[in-house]
Amino acid sequence: MTHTAKLTAVSETRSETSGHPEHHVLAVTVIGDDRPGIIAELTAALASVGGNLEDSTMTLLRGHFAMVVLARTDATVGEVEVALAPLGESGELSVDVRAVRTREASGMPSADHSAYLLRVHGADRPGIVAAMAGVVAQHHGNIVDLGTRLGTDLYILMAEVVLPSGVDPELLRSDLARVARELGVDASLSDVVDDLL
Amino acid sequence: MPDLPVGSILQVVRAPHPVLATAGIEVDPRDPAIVQLAADLLATQVVSPGCVGLAAQQVGVAARVFSVDVSGHPKTKICHGAFVLCNAVIESATRKERGREGCMSVPDFTGDVARARRLVVRGQLPVTGEWVTIETDGFEAVALQHEIDHTDGLVFLDRVAGPHAVHPRRTYL
Ligand SMILES: [Zn+2]
Repeated sequence: MTHTAKLTAVSETRSETSGHPEHHVLAVTVIGDDRPGIIAELTAALASVGGNLEDSTMTLLRGHFAMVVLARTDATVGEVEVALAPLGESGELSVDVRAVRTREASGMPSADHSAYLLRVHGADRPGIVAAMAGVVAQHHGNIVDLGTRLGTDLYILMAEVVLPSGVDPELLRSDLARVARELGVDASLSDVVDDLL
Repeated sequence: MPDLPVGSILQVVRAPHPVLATAGIEVDPRDPAIVQLAADLLATQVVSPGCVGLAAQQVGVAARVFSVDVSGHPKTKICHGAFVLCNAVIESATRKERGREGCMSVPDFTGDVARARRLVVRGQLPVTGEWVTIETDGFEAVALQHEIDHTDGLVFLDRVAGPHAVHPRRTYL
């Protein structure tokens, strides 16, 4: 099994026994028609193979259930796939299981990074997200959280952007404003301040 | 509130109409056109189910005028009834809490917005132009901030709390 070989390599330092890679992290993606009970069934199936849930996110995208969950388990990808098979049986949900590299707190903004919330809304047209994300990327900003919504002729984009130290947010702000004007949308960039209480 | 003429029911514009992103001009509250606008805002608000406030921008006019009426709303504590304010400014805003709000001009969505629950607003009444100070709390405070935002050319989408803070609206009125 290529899966297992890859997993063993990834979690080498943690593995104590051969056979099952011990406590690796699997990403389980579930997408399809929403109905009550999907999360209950998914988490019960993961529990049945000793999966411990770590970070997860789930939302409805125009009525489509969409979830990604990271689960730490010593079960193989194949075993987890078997456990989750009943979820996908009706054909209304598609389930994907894959190993991910365990990274401790990677992608988290460090103390010398600063976070901003970008809000954009305007008439729907192709390329709004690409254009705004392109400006963020030019300024070495990293989008760490993103949500978009399409209404009746109205398109909304909200993104949390992390800037490395040394990047001037004012330059990003003025470039975003210029591109927003070209697109005919409203855009604003505001500080996200963590209040530690 | 001074007596107003009979108001007309106006069409409410929807985002992305540019007037919603246009800051309003200061108005003369004694100007008959502004007095009529005040009456029209209240008349339009009354016939719109669940509507607790309406700003001039929402009927296509970039002016610093809005109406508010939170009476009868289950979340209301302090309530000043139905009124119109011109040229309103926030004097103080404290005790921020997050709530979920909607808007007739953004009919498809609601958004999570942090707004002050203690508020002092100064503004002028139509007809007389008298300056009044309104001290309020809770839901009326939220409604006033939402409407004053409209007069500044802002909608709640400009205030939402994060990337996942805009939600499909559950009911279509
Ligand atoms: Zn509104």
